[in-house]
Amino acid sequence: MKKDGRLFRLLTLFLTFLKVGALTFGGGYAMIPIIQNEVTKKRKWITDAEILDIIVISETTPGPIAVNTATYVGYKVNGILGSIFATFGLALPSFVIIFVISYFYKDFMQWQIIQAAFKGLKVGVIILLINAVIKLKKNVKFDLISIILFILTLAIMILSTIFDFGFKYLSLCLILFGLLIGIVLTALSKKKEMKK
Amino acid sequence: MIFFELFYTFFLIGLFTFGGGYAMIPMIQEQVVGKGWLESEALTDFIAISEVTPGPFALNISTFVGNSVAGPFGAVCSTIGVILPSLIIIIIVAMIMNKFLKNRFVQGALNGVKPIVLSLILSTAILLFVKVIFFNGQSIKSEFVFDLKSFTLLITLVMFLIIYKKVNKKSLNPIVLLGLSALLGIILFI
Repeated sequence: MKKDGRLFRLLTLFLTFLKVGALTFGGGYAMIPIIQNEVTKKRKWITDAEILDIIVISETTPGPIAVNTATYVGYKVNGILGSIFATFGLALPSFVIIFVISYFYKDFMQWQIIQAAFKGLKVGVIILLINAVIKLKKNVKFDLISIILFILTLAIMILSTIFDFGFKYLSLCLILFGLLIGIVLTALSKKKEMKK
Repeated sequence: MIFFELFYTFFLIGLFTFGGGYAMIPMIQEQVVGKGWLESEALTDFIAISEVTPGPFALNISTFVGNSVAGPFGAVCSTIGVILPSLIIIIIVAMIMNKFLKNRFVQGALNGVKPIVLSLILSTAILLFVKVIFFNGQSIKSEFVFDLKSFTLLITLVMFLIIYKKVNKKSLNPIVLLGLSALLGIILFI
């Protein structure tokens, strides 16, 4: 196989992201060193600066960050076909592992020791969620409007649970609302600048 | 048709997830629990399972829900659903890359959505806290019981985390954290 041929690139993309999917826990930043090692250092298909751009864009576009990164790296290395191979490689390990787990899941959950463990794990999940909030907090500029949006969302989510609205698109609507407010504010600030 | 519904539901979840895995939990809760595909408690259990198995949370949860609702082909449909928005959007963005990030309207929209995503994750944490500590892990419509054991477990873990961070100057690995909480769970609840 030619070392820089198309087939070689596609296969490398697939295997790289297969590794990412099989070895990174909880997604996120753990996958970056693996991508850097395979795609940047060994093959020099992408530069380190480009990797940074790719990460920023993966974080700011909708969709899971790992999937976005795989798609983007794949596209840079070998166009649309590259994206498909990289994403397929990323998804395969999850698919196989979870598939196997879900067959044992129900019986497994009947064991008393497992039930006790999961009571503890629920508390662990609360802490993980709070940790995620603390980490993400650094990316948010807290001005008056974002504080209002933050409190409003919190109030709506908690009230909707207490009074059981049962509306399935609530968080989706809140996200759309945030995007819209952001766009309207940008348009308004542009007008102000023009008046000056 | 269930396969299309799985695809469509996870397509929406993928399309409106900003900021990574945990940001999609509120939407998964509304959609997946709301449609009766999964119990709310099973979702929390699965967050823990997903954290200790490799792979991105988004892909793990879509495979799990798809498979438990409609078998292997269901898992394929929901996984493709959650991937497809990324694939389409990223390919478009990659074509117009620099212009996209520098656009003020894109920046503005992101500034608007960030505090909301943060708040959505926080509200999930608060509601889970209330359910686990005061309602025995059940819905808040059920009987009020203060769960002293879970509360003790929470306090112990938080104190341990704070001390760990002070001593080692870095956060505890989430897998180790979950291992500890499982161990404490076994000690306290069995």
